[in-house]
Amino acid sequence: MTYMVDVEGLSREFSVWARTGRFRRSAKVVEAVADVSFTVARGEAVGYVGPNGSGKSTTIKMLTGILAPSSGRVSVCGLEPSQHRKQLARRIGIVFGQRSQLWWDLPLRESLEILRAIYRIPQARFRARLDECVELLDLDSFLERPVRQLSLGQRMRGEVTAALLHDPDLLVLDEPTIGLDLESKAKLRGFLAELVARRATTLLLTTHDLQDIELLCPRLIVIDHGRILADGALDTLRDEVSPERILRVDLKQPGALLPTFHGVTTVQADEHRTRQRLSFDPRRTTAAELIAQVAQVAPVIDVSVTEPAIEDVIRGLYARSGAVPAARHISRSSETTAGEEE
Amino acid sequence: MSMLSVNGPSASASVRCYARLALAGFHRAAAYWKASVAGLISNTTFALIRAEILLVAVAPSGGIAGYDEGRIVAYAWVSQGLYSVVLLWGDGELSKKVRTGDVAIDVSRPWNLQGALLAIDLGRAAFAVITRLAPPIAIGALFFSFRFPERTAAWPLFAVSAVLAVVISFTLRFILELTTFWLMDVKGVTQLYSVVAGTLSGLTIPLAFFPHWAQEILWLTPFPAVLQFPVDIFIERGEAGEILLQQAIWAAGLTLFAQFLYGRAQRKLVIQGG
Repeated sequence: MTYMVDVEGLSREFSVWARTGRFRRSAKVVEAVADVSFTVARGEAVGYVGPNGSGKSTTIKMLTGILAPSSGRVSVCGLEPSQHRKQLARRIGIVFGQRSQLWWDLPLRESLEILRAIYRIPQARFRARLDECVELLDLDSFLERPVRQLSLGQRMRGEVTAALLHDPDLLVLDEPTIGLDLESKAKLRGFLAELVARRATTLLLTTHDLQDIELLCPRLIVIDHGRILADGALDTLRDEVSPERILRVDLKQPGALLPTFHGVTTVQADEHRTRQRLSFDPRRTTAAELIAQVAQVAPVIDVSVTEPAIEDVIRGLYARSGAVPAARHISRSSETTAGEEE
Repeated sequence: MSMLSVNGPSASASVRCYARLALAGFHRAAAYWKASVAGLISNTTFALIRAEILLVAVAPSGGIAGYDEGRIVAYAWVSQGLYSVVLLWGDGELSKKVRTGDVAIDVSRPWNLQGALLAIDLGRAAFAVITRLAPPIAIGALFFSFRFPERTAAWPLFAVSAVLAVVISFTLRFILELTTFWLMDVKGVTQLYSVVAGTLSGLTIPLAFFPHWAQEILWLTPFPAVLQFPVDIFIERGEAGEILLQQAIWAAGLTLFAQFLYGRAQRKLVIQGG
């Protein structure tokens, strides 16, 4: 099987000059990416996650050919990127959340038409593709407006359109939702989800917003200090790292603290003891069993089960690897609560 | 090594691509027509002052170095307008992109970056011909003893010379901005260039007014080809064919050198990592 992305033993070092004396400078070699290997199959959507300075962008640069690896092998769409950067450019689309590929002073439509000329897209195909994006991303109201007058959300929708016009096999998104408000994020995610589902576009997404990953990418690659910490389905990683689930029960009347049933690690309660939370290990007991046990002790009004949030999973991965266990720069935007079933 | 060759389909698609970029450059310049009006006003003011001063110098003696009254007036107005067309001092757009890393986007497009930026600059220059060159010539012709070319052939020759001047000026700016890949901060280089380029290209006074030895040295630099040469063709001084040949050689040589330098800059970016 041929992969869209095939990376083996990829490493990249940089020489950083530091003053070591009054007149002396010495080079220090910093390893930004170290022995990274992974593959992405056609039609797959993969999240590439890591804190600032973990080597995400360096990897993206090597995948797009902007940077040559110090060692290791890279193949994207069957091409060696830094040798065939321009050929590769026709086969991949890139969206940088922090950079723009649109013409600041010109209407969005003209930016897109310029890209049509640069990528030599046949008129009919361009029309079809643009119409589709206009409809799905609601570009109609601002297509004729200069890019500098667009809101960030509107501009990002324009950027994504710009990256898709030449029908790329692989779409690389580097922090596409950075700085977007909730509605803009939702719209963009919805569009990308549809792209993956309907068009089988291969997606490689780096982000700090883990909700992007949760909603778009069944598979997750976690990187830290240039090394891959984990690579797998989100659910698998969750079971592996922080298997604990929480059963929340609302009791009819205030009562005593519930006992630690088999498989339960902790029990917490609010001050009236009507709402209690039982942390349990799903490998030792099931939610159904626990609910039945609770119901025998006290009348229950309502129950819900919560899985650990994606950031807990990732924090667990860092902790396990001996990396800084604190949240570092991985965080979920505070205003969202999806993923918890409250 | 052909300038505009890019891996991919036909040559006509290539031409269409660069033509579209030129149009984009034209439209982008047109997006700021208010700035053009402001620039035109300051241009006209400067041309007015220069024309008056030069007239005072030239008129009593009946002419200096082949510049009579009509020629010196034409020189003042045409050079002032042409200076905005060739754009002696750029806005450092590429430097900014290198510093911020945005250049990554431009470097990975399926185009020849130098060719693309040149096309965009030619589009910008075309807009400047309408808004920055034509009006000063009209004003100069209305209020001064402005000398128009006597031979009709001078007009197309002037047009060719002006295009070559834009190519040379663009390439010099491009080379200057490429140094950002190594220096990161090009303020010093740019400032030096802005001081030198104006004087050496013939914007301050006609280069023919310089001492003979200075002229000898100047002819060894590309600066006269940026401004003085097209003006010379307009005022019909010197051999037009010779002037165009010199400009063509400068344009070709600098273009090749810039391509070479850009190749090195890319290598530095890709291999050393910025």
